[in-house]
Amino acid sequence: MIPVGFDYQRPESVDAALALLAEHGDDATVLAGGHSLLPVMKLRLAAPEVVIDIGRLAELNYIRVDGDGADSYVAIGAGTRYRDIVVSDVLAKECALLPAVTRTVGDPQVRHRGTLGGALAHGDPAGDLPAAILALEGTIVLRSPRGERKVPITEFYTGVFSSVKEPDELIVEIRVPRTGSTGWAYEKFTRRSNDWAIVAVAVVTAPDGARRIGLVNMGSTPLRAKATEAALAEGKSIEEAAALAAEGAEPPADNAGTPEYRRHLVTVLTRRALQTAAG
Amino acid sequence: MSILGTRVVRTEDPVFLTRGATYTDDLTDERLTGALHVTLVRSPLAHATINSIDVEEARNAPGVVAVFTGADCDIAPALLFPAANKQMVRPFLATDRVRYVGEAVAAVLTEEAYQGEDAADLVDVDYEPLDAVVDMKEALKDEVLLFPEAGTNSVTAMHLNKDEPGDDFFADCEVVVSREIVNQRVAAAPLETRAASAYWGEDGRCTIFCSTQNAQSARDEVAGWLGMDAKDLRLILPDVGGGFGAKIGADPEFALVAWLSKKVGRPVRWNESRSENMTGMVQGRGQLQTITIGGDRDGTVKAYRLDVVADAGAYPRLGVALPMFTRMMAPGTYDIPKVWSTAKVVATNTTSTAAYRGAGRPEATQAIERAMDLFADEIGMDPAELRKKNVIKPEQFPFTTKGGAEYDTGEYAKAIDLACKAANYEGLRAEQARRRERGDALQLGIGVSSYVEITGGGAFVENATVQVHPDGTVTVLTGTSPHGQGHATAWAMLASEELGIPVEKITVKHGDTDLIPTGAGTMGSRSLQTGGVAVHNAAVELVELAKQRAADVLEASVDDLELDKATGSIVVKGAPGAKSVSLADLAGTEELKVFHEWDAKKPTFPFGAHVAVVEVDVESGKATVERIWAVDDAGPILNPLIFDGQRHGGIAQGIAQAMLEEVVFDSEGQPLTATFADYGIPSAAELPSFDLVTMETPTTINSMGYKGVGEAGTIGSCPAVHNAVIDAVSHLGVRHIDMPLTPVRVWTAIHEAQKESAK
Repeated sequence: MIPVGFDYQRPESVDAALALLAEHGDDATVLAGGHSLLPVMKLRLAAPEVVIDIGRLAELNYIRVDGDGADSYVAIGAGTRYRDIVVSDVLAKECALLPAVTRTVGDPQVRHRGTLGGALAHGDPAGDLPAAILALEGTIVLRSPRGERKVPITEFYTGVFSSVKEPDELIVEIRVPRTGSTGWAYEKFTRRSNDWAIVAVAVVTAPDGARRIGLVNMGSTPLRAKATEAALAEGKSIEEAAALAAEGAEPPADNAGTPEYRRHLVTVLTRRALQTAAG
Repeated sequence: MSILGTRVVRTEDPVFLTRGATYTDDLTDERLTGALHVTLVRSPLAHATINSIDVEEARNAPGVVAVFTGADCDIAPALLFPAANKQMVRPFLATDRVRYVGEAVAAVLTEEAYQGEDAADLVDVDYEPLDAVVDMKEALKDEVLLFPEAGTNSVTAMHLNKDEPGDDFFADCEVVVSREIVNQRVAAAPLETRAASAYWGEDGRCTIFCSTQNAQSARDEVAGWLGMDAKDLRLILPDVGGGFGAKIGADPEFALVAWLSKKVGRPVRWNESRSENMTGMVQGRGQLQTITIGGDRDGTVKAYRLDVVADAGAYPRLGVALPMFTRMMAPGTYDIPKVWSTAKVVATNTTSTAAYRGAGRPEATQAIERAMDLFADEIGMDPAELRKKNVIKPEQFPFTTKGGAEYDTGEYAKAIDLACKAANYEGLRAEQARRRERGDALQLGIGVSSYVEITGGGAFVENATVQVHPDGTVTVLTGTSPHGQGHATAWAMLASEELGIPVEKITVKHGDTDLIPTGAGTMGSRSLQTGGVAVHNAAVELVELAKQRAADVLEASVDDLELDKATGSIVVKGAPGAKSVSLADLAGTEELKVFHEWDAKKPTFPFGAHVAVVEVDVESGKATVERIWAVDDAGPILNPLIFDGQRHGGIAQGIAQAMLEEVVFDSEGQPLTATFADYGIPSAAELPSFDLVTMETPTTINSMGYKGVGEAGTIGSCPAVHNAVIDAVSHLGVRHIDMPLTPVRVWTAIHEAQKESAK
């Protein structure tokens, strides 16, 4: 339970962090809250040569409305801690799904350390936030010495714990639409209160009135329940639409559930989430 | 007013709750100055032969002082349980073969702990993988052998039952129900993992600081393994952070640590990681049970048969013996005319098994209590009624069971009635009926358990020394070994009651084999009825001794003297204001100290009844324990605070096994639950508030009437909750679900039952 030796760097700015990333490439790992990284390092499943700690960079810690008029959105700094998301007045008004989902992550200790950018970079298919950002059709802002690019979350993940983020890139911001304070629900199904979800379903009502559904732990990446969304758009009932929630999913098998069970469970949770979101 | 029976706040708690206790790995002792850290290289494979081990690179790594393998280790491989197959010995470091994931193959000694983990990674072991056997039934086939020289995986003949009954065993029964059920393997998972430190003095004696539940027998075990005289070995126990049975006795690592210290001529320390603990520490339960119950439609149970297969793990330990308790307690609280049981114990490529809170008795209770519910379901009788109809009646005590136990005292039907009354059992059944009628997604389940268990069943003898000092303080030495049970408070209360000296002036010491050379430790809920009674007896004797000494001082006859408990002084009866002498003053003249050894000769049989209420979401399969009412009768209650605390912890562990916990290995013997993220220990969020109902029926075995309560909660709650979950879905056609009752299992059972009924 002691990590392999490593160099520790704590840059004073995002630019300095990017320079370190560029210098060390694959040998470096970014440390934010550390609640995913440190356990795997202690188990020696990860052994980075350099750990770049961005956890104290104030410039990555903010929640605000940016942009103009119809193009406005909520911008969240990648280093924003879960706890700050949970208590955010801005998010309570502009995108209430996000604090509700974040409140279910881990326990208070975890929520005071973990960051939104860290959760998205880690990309655990059993994690709550990737699926929530997917339901929101959020955008991830990546920066490197080569410049900045914006990747829609729908194009971000490529597989288990993997994404289009290059080794020299850092997630600096997450943008989510102003979906408001109502019309959402999060159904998280766990064995114990602090466990990862066996399956979870995030539902949000988009500005155009469409309901979008993100699924946790139903495949190698967070998924959208596309068939359910389409059925709802066609005017099908919640019951009929929810029954399609597992379509296209390839859920994992583990101690907590068989694929068959998860396929069933996701229909129950989707139905409940849609009913809750409908108010 | 007597202090006995009052809620004295635990004197040990301020330290535990503030700066924290001093556990073995926290110890700063000058004798351990410059101690090397031991890191054990452990097998990643469950079954393999070892072709070679290359330690050269590790030896040259920074901070490494020495590396040892099985080839260097001259401690003879040991048989860890006497009645096990003599071939099934465990090497202290593996030599030619490994038999479970986590088996130690090399020891790395370094100046700093982190250097040990780095160097351990450099030890190159060339394994030749072998087929592993994990499933007990597969192991019984003897196709894959852990010990080829033994020719079998069967561990012992100690449970052979020769007079196999004929086919007519159930012939007079109108109804017979039979089913195979699993009492799954669980981990004790104490918050303090295993740890030991050792040094050798210039006098040739070795001192080991370690975490165990019984210093004296652990000393004898280690001495035996090392071929030493036990008097050359001293064990000192710093605070012990939980044991739950898994810290009974010594672990082979303790002897290895002592051997390593001698080998390098320096003190050494060893402390394992959580994942090492989850594979290396002995685990509990692990029984495959076939239960068969027969009787008449009027609810008379006539015959019961229990066939057990128990998992010993790779190297047989105490787990070998536990089916003895399972068989002895098989009939539970019931007067069943015919009872028959068998047990086989088999070795598998998994972690060894031993005691875990209840140790063989919960397995018996789970089996009979599931059997009673299956029978009730089959004949359409209320499960509480069925139990009350068949329990042993108060006038039948002492009662010798068909399992061979002699139950001392009990009022089993009364306990069931008390629990049902507290729970408003009839009201719960009515609510259940309404929900069934409506077809609610949230169905109600009500589970009843009636239990009796055996405490103080291992070692009957325990000792205590009580000494009054000239300054008026008292020292109590005990052979018990508290690791959370509150003996510092409880034993002080017992001494205070007899001596008239307040608890604050009484210090209880334990767990140093030089100070207390004999004693049997703390396990099997034995401490109060053995060690506690010994303290009481010693204090009574001390007062007698004081009176004899005071007779001279006060120039009075011993018969005219008594202890004034208000002042802690010997006074002349009926002569207030006359001359008196305090115990402290007597101690100033001559040592005032009594050693008492108490032989209980027999165990006691605490009992009770639990009623659990669960809600099951039939759409998702999720079961939630809503309430539990517990009647746990262990005789007179010495300290209700400690008594209820034991029940709280016990009930939580019983619910944990029913709902969440299971040690899982895959078919290759790889552990899948070696971290707390994967292993399902509940938190407060998963547990309801516990409703505790008091009932006190004294035993006749000791003068105080005390029985043990340490394991009762676990034994009572687990079957009550198990039965409740199945009860919630029984109207859907479900008859049984194996523990833990996870959502996927409950949903699958409902799903299968629905498919079955659709046919």
